[in-house]
Amino acid sequence: MTSVEKTDVLVIGSGFGGAIPAYHLAAGGARVVVLERGPWLSSEEMDHDFLLGSSYTRAFDFVVGDGMSVLGGNCVGGGSVVNFAAMPRAPRFVFERRGSVNRRMWPAAIDRDTLDPWYDRVAEALPVTTQEWGTVPYAGGLWAAACHHAGRTANPVPSAVDLDKCVNCNWMMSGCRFDAKRSLLLNYLPAAVAHGARIRPLHEVQRLERTDDGGYRVHYTVVDAEDYRVHTGEGAIDAKIVVLAAGAGATPVILQRSQPDLGAMPHAVGRYFSGNGERLNTAVVNEDRVRDVLGLARGDGRAYEGYQIGRGPCVASWDRLDGSLPEYSRYSLEQLYFPPGLGTILAQVPGAPRPSWFGAAKKEMLRRWRSWLIIFTMIEDDNEGVFGPPPPRGNANRVSQQMLGHGTISYHPTANTQRAWAESDADVKSILERDGLAEVAPWTNDLVGAYTVHPLASCRIGDDPATSALDDRHELRGHPGVFVTDGSAVPGALTVNPAMTIAALAERAVPGIVRAARERGVDVVYGAPAPDGATSGRRATGAQAAELMNR
Amino acid sequence: MPDTRPSDPRTMTLEAFADTVLPGEKRSPDDRAIAGAAPGGGAVAAGAIELLRTPATGIADGLDDYADLLTKHALGYAAEHGLQLDETVPPFVALPFEHRTALVQALTAPGHPEKPFWVLLALFSYMAFDSAAHLNTRQALASGHPGLTAMGVSTPDADGLWRFAEHSYGRRLSDVHPDTDHSTGSLA
Ligand SMILES: Cc1cc2nc3c(=O)[nH]c(=O)nc-3n(C[C@H](O)[C@H](O)[C@H](O)COP(=O)(O)OP(=O)(O)OC[C@H]3O[C@@H](n4cnc5c(N)ncnc54)[C@H](O)[C@@H]3O)c2cc1C
Repeated sequence: MTSVEKTDVLVIGSGFGGAIPAYHLAAGGARVVVLERGPWLSSEEMDHDFLLGSSYTRAFDFVVGDGMSVLGGNCVGGGSVVNFAAMPRAPRFVFERRGSVNRRMWPAAIDRDTLDPWYDRVAEALPVTTQEWGTVPYAGGLWAAACHHAGRTANPVPSAVDLDKCVNCNWMMSGCRFDAKRSLLLNYLPAAVAHGARIRPLHEVQRLERTDDGGYRVHYTVVDAEDYRVHTGEGAIDAKIVVLAAGAGATPVILQRSQPDLGAMPHAVGRYFSGNGERLNTAVVNEDRVRDVLGLARGDGRAYEGYQIGRGPCVASWDRLDGSLPEYSRYSLEQLYFPPGLGTILAQVPGAPRPSWFGAAKKEMLRRWRSWLIIFTMIEDDNEGVFGPPPPRGNANRVSQQMLGHGTISYHPTANTQRAWAESDADVKSILERDGLAEVAPWTNDLVGAYTVHPLASCRIGDDPATSALDDRHELRGHPGVFVTDGSAVPGALTVNPAMTIAALAERAVPGIVRAARERGVDVVYGAPAPDGATSGRRATGAQAAELMNR
Repeated sequence: MPDTRPSDPRTMTLEAFADTVLPGEKRSPDDRAIAGAAPGGGAVAAGAIELLRTPATGIADGLDDYADLLTKHALGYAAEHGLQLDETVPPFVALPFEHRTALVQALTAPGHPEKPFWVLLALFSYMAFDSAAHLNTRQALASGHPGLTAMGVSTPDADGLWRFAEHSYGRRLSDVHPDTDHSTGSLA
């Protein structure tokens, strides 16, 4: 091979797990290269268009496995670009979860109190703000009113959307045309670039190899900008430190494929995958009952008909996030908009005989689309996902030019998971069918298995080497200098949207990565402010950062 | 104007599949591919065949195989159920609608060895209707695309972008959880 490019830190993936270390390490003086599988889209390229080949199919990825399908970002900025930007912190009890390993699954060093300062750093950087009732879109308002009518509480969900810019178009999965969503393209990534980090889009990492000097050689292929099945070149970069952040559906696959060169992987690589316990129910709302029972009116004669309007999830009911309840019976119920195209097929006709995902009755249900309300449940699942042998490249065999592929994950829900889904389904039904407000049915798992936009825990942190692939500083056991900072590091389901927790953990991982880089002769310091220069978050994490660097 | 030209047998077979997924009204009284099981345009009128033939789907090259396999399954199904099929149309087309439905249900059911294959065909048939994925969305709406129109998808502003100025009931509609940390909006 001719001369191989060299860098100090090679970051794989540019979502929350990749962008945050990339920024801090570049700001601290390290040479940083980021390899990202997807394209680098500008705001103008974020189309309001379902046409195949628009940003809707270029920027995200749908991988169908055996019993589980994973939806993720596929672009510079990763999930932050295509997601719905709900950014709640994980409830306190989550960190005490025992799950299938039957002892505390989080590392002893991490609980809600120790993570809060890191959450604060993220909240300052994006920023994350609380939402006001006065601007909550109709769908969230309807869910809140239904919860109230059922004697429940409901909260506006904190979010990384700038409401002064948001037009409630609900095209968030295509990227935000109006820069209202505070994706990583607006903060950590440009700040990283300003400090010299180089981001290479359409570069898909395939595997890692060890170099003679104790560093790593990272092999990639170059992906065609239009047909992602076509790869147009390949190359390798040597790095002293590798930060793996390709997302929980891809990170373990890269490690699996690297095993022949790197040597044995920890047992937990590619195991204990969690879909964050996701489940969706579609309600078809009775407009008259919404008016009469809940007293809702839009002022133009309509009571609701507001499904298309808004910005992802805005209101959640957190009554069941009660630490005194037994594990697997705690969940949140969050209102959600899911655009047509990939999800509509999975909605079932309430009350209809099976099959109820297709046919004349389903078509009739589609005619009432404007009166739909989706409730998104996040239960505590059992980390039952396992990855099979890696596909030839990437983490899926791509079927379509973009967006769609078959992956190797298998997920067979345990009785715990199924019971939790059933309980939460019944709860949604009891809230929304009360007094004839709506008719509700869960999405079918028959077609593509369960589905998640929140893949987690396929390479998790922990104190027990038998069930965790990473130590609590996110270093891969047995492979010094390789760090994993994305959703795959999160030990288990969070009962709320995970991006805030993934980001906080990535912030917390940085001091350890800086230390490892320094030990390998990289001239880098820790302590950059927030991407916009704000420093209050930095002060609050100072003591913990020092401890993490000196341990 | 509905396209009333007679289709070749493979196209008719694929049309009948798409029409089983999201049925619509016949294009003409002698339309056989479309069973006429629901009022208004269904997946076929929404452009299912055009979408399936779009290279971006990744299945465009395999459509003949799909049609041939569906023919084989339809013959097997008819034999199994003792159905006498009209031989002037392709076997899947000749199946009455409830039998088409039962066969599609069987092919897409968990455990069927070809399930992923048929789910894909169903998915793209669906996407023709619910998102017109072979068309620019704005133009599809402007030309009265049957799926988007039936669903009541609203039209964008003049610049092709959607905005909803009116979007909120504008008032508090529930109490928040008692453990809410009001500075972060999350549970304390
Ligand atoms: C539609 C949708 C809505 C969501 N809504 C919310 C929400 O409201 N709130 C919330 O908290 N979470 C939400 N999420 C989830 C959230 O976006 C993810 O949890 C988060 O982005 C995960 O961060 P990550 O760093 O683990 O991975 P990602 O953000 O997925 O980043 C991984 C990146 O790695 C790239 N990559 C993959 N393989 C390779 C490779 N081999 N080589 C190079 N690059 C590679 C990917 O293209 C991707 O850009 C949503 C997700 C989706 C898809």
